[in-house]
Amino acid sequence: MVQVTLSGTFQQVAGGISTLEIEAKNIRQLLGGLEKQCPELKSEIEKGIAVAINGTIYRDDWFQPIPEDSEVFIIPRLAGG
Amino acid sequence: MARNPDADNAPAPKAVKTSTIEFDADKAKSFKVVGSRPPRPDGMDKVTGRARFGADMVMPGQLVGLILRSPHPHAVIVSIDTTEAEALSGVKSVITRDDFAENADHHDVLCNIMAREKALYEGHAVAAVSATSKAVARKALKLIKIDYQILPHVTDVDLAMAPDAPLLHADMITSGVSPVPTKPSNVAGRSEFGHGDVEAGFAQADVIIERDFKTAATHQGYIEPHACVANVGADGMSELWCCTQGHFHVRQVCASLLGIDVSRLRVTASEIGGGFGGKTTVFIEPVALALSRKAGRPVKIAMSRDEVFKASGPTASSSMNVKIGVTKDGRITAGEGEFRYQGGAFAGAPADFGAMSAFACYALDNVKTVAYDVVTNRPKGAAYRAPGAPMSVYAVESVIAELAGEIGMDPIELRLKNAAREGTKSSYGPKFGSCGLVETLEAARDHPHYSAPLGPNQGRGVASGFWFNFGGETCSTLNINADGTVAIAVGTPDIGGSRAAMCIMAAEELGIPYERVRTIVADTSSLGYNDTTEGSRVTFSSGMAVIKASRKAVTEMCNRAAMIWDIPAEAVTWEDGHAKPSGANAGDFEPMSLAEIAASASKTGGPIAGHHEYNADGAGVSFGTHIVDTEVDPETGRVDILRYTVVQDAGKAIHPDYVEGQFQGGAVQGIGWALNEEYIYGEDGRLQNAGFLDYRMPVASDLPMIDTVIVEVPNPGHPYGVRGVGETGIVPPLAAIANAVSAASGVRLTELPMSPPRVLKAIDDAKVAAQ
Repeated sequence: MVQVTLSGTFQQVAGGISTLEIEAKNIRQLLGGLEKQCPELKSEIEKGIAVAINGTIYRDDWFQPIPEDSEVFIIPRLAGG
Repeated sequence: MARNPDADNAPAPKAVKTSTIEFDADKAKSFKVVGSRPPRPDGMDKVTGRARFGADMVMPGQLVGLILRSPHPHAVIVSIDTTEAEALSGVKSVITRDDFAENADHHDVLCNIMAREKALYEGHAVAAVSATSKAVARKALKLIKIDYQILPHVTDVDLAMAPDAPLLHADMITSGVSPVPTKPSNVAGRSEFGHGDVEAGFAQADVIIERDFKTAATHQGYIEPHACVANVGADGMSELWCCTQGHFHVRQVCASLLGIDVSRLRVTASEIGGGFGGKTTVFIEPVALALSRKAGRPVKIAMSRDEVFKASGPTASSSMNVKIGVTKDGRITAGEGEFRYQGGAFAGAPADFGAMSAFACYALDNVKTVAYDVVTNRPKGAAYRAPGAPMSVYAVESVIAELAGEIGMDPIELRLKNAAREGTKSSYGPKFGSCGLVETLEAARDHPHYSAPLGPNQGRGVASGFWFNFGGETCSTLNINADGTVAIAVGTPDIGGSRAAMCIMAAEELGIPYERVRTIVADTSSLGYNDTTEGSRVTFSSGMAVIKASRKAVTEMCNRAAMIWDIPAEAVTWEDGHAKPSGANAGDFEPMSLAEIAASASKTGGPIAGHHEYNADGAGVSFGTHIVDTEVDPETGRVDILRYTVVQDAGKAIHPDYVEGQFQGGAVQGIGWALNEEYIYGEDGRLQNAGFLDYRMPVASDLPMIDTVIVEVPNPGHPYGVRGVGETGIVPPLAAIANAVSAASGVRLTELPMSPPRVLKAIDDAKVAAQ
């Protein structure tokens, strides 16, 4: 199980949920589990989010492995100039 | 599953384990080409005028395209009559909103490139023509009759958030709010970040300072206006030449807006005369394509400077409140901020990035930031170097400077005492991996600039800043030519010297001189999709693709040598540009050079190439610290920049000249933002200063030499340790200069730009208050 923390923005959308546990070995499984547990986040996930695993931020990498005991955060999708 | 977003719900602290380790510490100790400063490969073209920019392309039979723009900041477009324009001799096509179908995937982009029901800002495109000459096109624009129903407008972010503000979009319901609002407003979204208990943190503080701040909208100020040439053939095959930071993105969006297959549109990126984030989206490109499709001939559109200001994408203006508490011994106990950004007529102001960046430099137990993305009757904003961060960091770093003064602590020592470092839980959530803020602060503290004496009316300011950096979709191809030279194709337009960096990295891997390698930016039909040149990503991500493509080519060259020597491929190694037997047991053969292997390639299996495609992850965060000295004229309010030093973590500087150029460029743009640049709107909602005479950017005579210090804390996510450097440099200047002006003048300015009238008023107000 991976313990996932939602950043404040997504907490609001998810009705106040801040952390949740998801059975996931990679980002794709994580997003699937997230959508299942918090259907309110479906549109946010479709628009694009970023997943931080142990401090490294991933934008679009479904099959990035999530090691055991990782620190996982869901944050807004990053852009730049 | 935990509810209620209090910080104690956060996971227990853990050691930071980096998921993506690419850095090769041994290789980094023996670089031969990386870190050198060879001439730029595009330099000759640029100084001789041979480089072809957006407006330099000419196609046979090319027409001139011009765009008719709304003079009103907010109006219903009741009707558009193009009959007379279409009948004018020399006019080949006229288009309006009716020439673009509704597009759910890119609705806001569609509405921005050609107004639909309403014109939402002065300069909003409402029709376009193509004609055989500019004179005919101008005349045709005058013949287009538009019936506007003028509506009340709003251009200020705080006024736009008021309940009685003119509403831009009847269907805009604020996202990120629970429960979901039942009424529309101009607030597109609310974001919130942080952890801990800020009220408890403030209760521990000995000193608390709370301030309100404002910053003006500024433009990236690139010298080259947007320009493109579109050619849609009778068979639907289309080509587009344009100045852009991301031609693959342009292709995706334009193909969608025009309803054509991506494979039928080939986009070529021209040389680019500056972008800084402002050329990461489309404005005129879909319009040119639609005009060309209707006319059956190529169409060129080149924006005027007036159009660039009124109808491209400046950055957001902001209104902010920041509160920070600190103990007498310099421990920050809590930080809190609200950041309201207006990003023009459509959602997308980088308020969330501002809120995420605001306190990123600090290791805080208690922090909370809230951001609002607000729409107003201004042009839709685009990215601008570290979008959103300079404003929020300006507010936070101004208060930090004040707090340092209040408790009598050196401002760098206060920052060092609270600095984010590896393992720190960031203010936006994840823990930081390897990062170099502390190193930049120490280098700034130890720099001679920091202890140099100051004269009367002079003051010194310091500020730190942060940007995330990211990687993105990337691919690159490397071809070994028969004469032993090397050609690289990347899909990321070169806006800051990336072609030189690619050549250096390939030369390093292949073991050949820099001069033997050339890099081009390939068109969209020649490579797989590449994300846009943004997010300080290119030297990191395209660079890593080039390194890995080089390694694949090396593997193949070792295979070819093994075939010639008739030994196993595993028995061949690559060293200094040569294949060599890996040991005495492998055989006694003279090393074979890259050029020798390339010369025989046609007989050993054909062309030799390397290719790499991937999602580039592992971009390391970037921190910087700036020191600036200013002199304030107490009689006029004029501010002079006397001395400026940028200290920033680059991970590894591949070509130090370009890294220093990025540092200097960021600082200079920040100086303009801090002191003079601003979008000035009249009561009528129209922009008052759409030109470089009235929109005051810094020029060379305004500036001292910007000194630079490159700090190198390797990024574990890159083979050579590279971190992006393009954006962080614009984050600290606003606050650093504000702190210097405050030190020089004795008054704290909380609104940008600190133009002479504003500085003078602050000085005079302070005198009156003192009396």
